[in-house]
Amino acid sequence: MLEKALVGSRGYWRWVTFLLGVIALGVVFYLRQFSSGLGITGLSRDVTWGFYIAQFTFLVGVAASAVMVVLPYYLHDWKVFGKITILGEFLAIASVAMCVLFIFVDMGQPTRVVNILLYPSPHSLMFWDMIVLNGYLVLNVVISHVTLGAERQGVPPPRWIKPVILLSIPWAISIHTVTAFLYSGLAARPFWLTAVLGPRFLASAFSSGPALLILVCLLLRKLTKFDAGEEPIRKLAVIVTYAMSINVFFVLMELFTALYSDIPEHVSHFQYLFLGLSGHATLVPWMWTAEALAVLALVLLLNPRTRKRHGTLVVACLAVFASIWIEKGLAMVVTGFIPTPLGKVASYVPTAPELLIAAGVYAVGLLLITLLYKIALSVRGEVAT
Amino acid sequence: MGDDRRSFLRRAGWGLACLAGAGSATELAGAFLRTEEETGGGKRLGMVVDLVACAREEGCTKCVEACNAVHNVPSLRDPGHAVKWIWKERFPDAFPDQEAENVLETVTEKPAVVLCNHCDNPPCARVCPTEATWKRPDGIVMMDWHRCIGCRYCMAACPYGSRSFNWVDPRPGLARPSPDYPTRTKGVVEKCTFCDERVDAGEPPACVAACPARAMAFGDLSDPKSEVRRLLRSRFALRRKAALGTRPSVYYLV
Amino acid sequence: MYDGGKILAGLAAFLALALFPFWEPAVGGRVARPEPKIVTAEKRCVRPKAEMRQSHMELLVSWRDSVVRQGQRSYRDPEGKAVTMSLEGTCMRCHPNKAEFCDSCHTALVVAPTCWECHIEPKERA
Repeated sequence: MLEKALVGSRGYWRWVTFLLGVIALGVVFYLRQFSSGLGITGLSRDVTWGFYIAQFTFLVGVAASAVMVVLPYYLHDWKVFGKITILGEFLAIASVAMCVLFIFVDMGQPTRVVNILLYPSPHSLMFWDMIVLNGYLVLNVVISHVTLGAERQGVPPPRWIKPVILLSIPWAISIHTVTAFLYSGLAARPFWLTAVLGPRFLASAFSSGPALLILVCLLLRKLTKFDAGEEPIRKLAVIVTYAMSINVFFVLMELFTALYSDIPEHVSHFQYLFLGLSGHATLVPWMWTAEALAVLALVLLLNPRTRKRHGTLVVACLAVFASIWIEKGLAMVVTGFIPTPLGKVASYVPTAPELLIAAGVYAVGLLLITLLYKIALSVRGEVAT
Repeated sequence: MGDDRRSFLRRAGWGLACLAGAGSATELAGAFLRTEEETGGGKRLGMVVDLVACAREEGCTKCVEACNAVHNVPSLRDPGHAVKWIWKERFPDAFPDQEAENVLETVTEKPAVVLCNHCDNPPCARVCPTEATWKRPDGIVMMDWHRCIGCRYCMAACPYGSRSFNWVDPRPGLARPSPDYPTRTKGVVEKCTFCDERVDAGEPPACVAACPARAMAFGDLSDPKSEVRRLLRSRFALRRKAALGTRPSVYYLV
Repeated sequence: MYDGGKILAGLAAFLALALFPFWEPAVGGRVARPEPKIVTAEKRCVRPKAEMRQSHMELLVSWRDSVVRQGQRSYRDPEGKAVTMSLEGTCMRCHPNKAEFCDSCHTALVVAPTCWECHIEPKERA
């Protein structure tokens, strides 16, 4: 099946070459980081996790969101999703691959990373995160390979794959729950120490992931002969609407508890996020943008007319995706460190090498998606001529 | 006969599986639920810092200098890359949960010396994915710089900011490294080890030995006759962020 | 087999490259065996010389784990003498010529132990 990725149009090869170029640039800067240390990033003794770990957290959500097409199709027999489950699974594979790479580039001693396997420590949530993420990757590789293979042969998929697919549903929930536990179990960081973090992660995942899938389906309709059809896009839009509403609701819950209780160590983080603290206000414009985008998205999604029209639906999906990327990919991780446990208000801005390494990892993910979608569409004979 | 054997084998198999399951379950439960009593040897090394005596030596940094020299703690140009084992903090920053406004200015308006608390229930050790940091039976929270992968989860978990990461190679930050102690390499986390190398040789930690005000004492907190326990009986003492349940082994006399 | 010729040629090229260390000496002549210069202060090492030559790294790793992880710093050599387990304090005090003692073999065999990224080599001693 893999050979399908080796033939393609000029546009396809131009895109692949571009991605390979970005990856090469990322590798060059990663080698610099490897030899001189993580000091080339904007991280410091106060803000010890930053852009890499934030992208990891965001992408776990994108990976988990595949369940939003798999679950309705297999549990509720929503036949309309039959055509796009494979897109969801391939998106999950590429996202998990990026997650693993983002963790890897964040390691201070990457050559020792096997120590996690050599000295397994079940008391560490990072151990469990490694297990659920790799398990999820294996599940999706097996499921997509077997179902697509069957489709190619024109036969129904073997019966044993059904329980594997059913297992992948709770497993998807688990990857984002365990990732939330990484943060929400730390007494040292009041900003993350909230039981709603896990549910919030899931709600934001189930809005941003399907929003991305809608955009992908519409893009594929333009670029290729693949047409997901109107019905699945409408259903996905409804899922995005519910998930985004719940996500905004959870954010408001957190704000209420922190601000009304008025406990200084809880308030100060939100103060830093939305108003700035001691002259440090790097994230303030980003956060207000994220909130404005969330409101815009909800207005467009809750109104059935704008939700159904493709022009406005695209705007709504872009707004959902950008809003959640700012919330999780920029704010959520860094703000846990500001102010520090010693009351210091530090600042963090990613450096150019850090951003280029991250761009390289994103390019790896995009390349994977490109190749996998190319294979899926070629198997179905839906590639543009 | 054949049937008997088969059913015996089946039963034995299930029995073994259950045993193995129960075994790993207890192991797992043990890993999660470490109890207070589980401090092997009954020993629990700790420190008592007399904040009043310390404050009398205004501007003194003898303990910091002694520690830095003994352990090759570098001084780096970028403050964001700083490595700290023991240092001074403003009292309200070291003890944010103490209502310190207008209270005992002789202490609360002076800097407090801070270091790793060698918690009895250390959150850093709980989150470490490789057991590169763990609690020794005598209570010292140790670090294995050979094993640390530099994930910095322990730094996120420490409520005291007591851990430092080597963002860059520390060697250029050391004018004359002490030959008897290793430096660290870039990409690992480090912190105070209560001078495990000196303690194992029967000596007090370097900071305690260097203090001109004799404001620091070191010893076994579980021995009622030890000096640290005698000091704790004599005056009221604080522990940093005691409400978090980490049970620090560093006490501060006020 | 489709493209049989290409596959076989590719395989042959791969094997030639992978087996380079085995055929290179035959073509390029024998490589001289590195001879470390052994200077010692003590009369006798903590283990027999042949054993040290072959598996000193395993001893160092077990010393390292014993000191760092168990806090156990004393080692009994075969004759019952207590030795402090310390790379700088015991090994390198007896063999202070790191370049001839350690590096000559390590360089020849292209192994790069990371010991000296942290432990201070004798020549850096004042």
